[in-house]
Amino acid sequence: MMVDRETRRRLIVSVANRIIANADELTDLDRAIGDGDHGTNMRRGFTAVLAAADELSAKSFGESLKGIGTTLVMKVGGAAGPLYGTLFLSLGKSLSDEVSREQVVEAFAAAVDAVKARGKSEPGQKTMLDVLFPVLAGLREGGEGFPARLRAIARLAAENTIPMKAIRGRASFLGERSIGHMDPGARSSELIVDAVADVMEGYA
Amino acid sequence: MNENVGIVIVSHSADVARGTAMMVEQMVGREVPLGWCGGDPDGGLGTSVEAIMAAIDKAWSEKGVAILVDLGGAETNSEMAIEMLPEARRDRVVVCNAPVVEGAVMAATEAASGATLEAVRRTAEELTPV
Repeated sequence: MMVDRETRRRLIVSVANRIIANADELTDLDRAIGDGDHGTNMRRGFTAVLAAADELSAKSFGESLKGIGTTLVMKVGGAAGPLYGTLFLSLGKSLSDEVSREQVVEAFAAAVDAVKARGKSEPGQKTMLDVLFPVLAGLREGGEGFPARLRAIARLAAENTIPMKAIRGRASFLGERSIGHMDPGARSSELIVDAVADVMEGYA
Repeated sequence: MNENVGIVIVSHSADVARGTAMMVEQMVGREVPLGWCGGDPDGGLGTSVEAIMAAIDKAWSEKGVAILVDLGGAETNSEMAIEMLPEARRDRVVVCNAPVVEGAVMAATEAASGATLEAVRRTAEELTPV
């Protein structure tokens, strides 16, 4: 699969617009169990990414991913900055313009591990990892119509965080009271997967 | 002056960071290089990697820098900031697992005595119940 300049630009614009469009929802989710800044922070980060879309997509795929990562680290502000920043920086280290599915799987696995190390967290603790790990498994499986399947996996995985009890992050202060709300980081990860799937399927 | 370990204070609030720094200066004097920052890139509550890197630079000492943080994102952002430092500096900056105000004062007191980075960190972390 070739990730050319136009595809890179479509990916950046699709992901950034999706996060910006849903920022209020992310903030509402975060207000329920965190400090209510996830949407605002992510909007700030991805607005900066969107503003640099042309410049970023002119670079190689690896360099544009790293550029997204650095922008998120510098602009997001909350813990989500280093976490999403690490995800994109790690992906950028191993992906080039011409990629096979195996390379994507390998790069995504390394990136998810890097996020796990950065957040000192494990799956099952009501975080973005609870979406990223199932998506990695779906990516690994591949097969026909897999963008649509990744979308469904991400949606279900985000919903599965509702009954979980938070162990990491601000939500962990709430303990049992974090149960019953979707994790905002899981939701933002789902949105990103969904926006990437749109591009893969030719919708965006 | 930079013979002592530097101290960096990172809070979600610029007021808390500045206030803590003022307490440190009043109690320990100016023999300890001090940097502080608070607030997200737009000036709201939060932390910024860029600002943390600048604070580390301000407090830089060849003996190293100890960072005191308040809540979750401050810690994650501080660790990210350390990773983005030039390689030669990276190993000489630590995040202390200690309460931000008391930790900063204790760490600075220890630093003012010419202690090593490890000793400064240990002193701050003694405040954390095990």
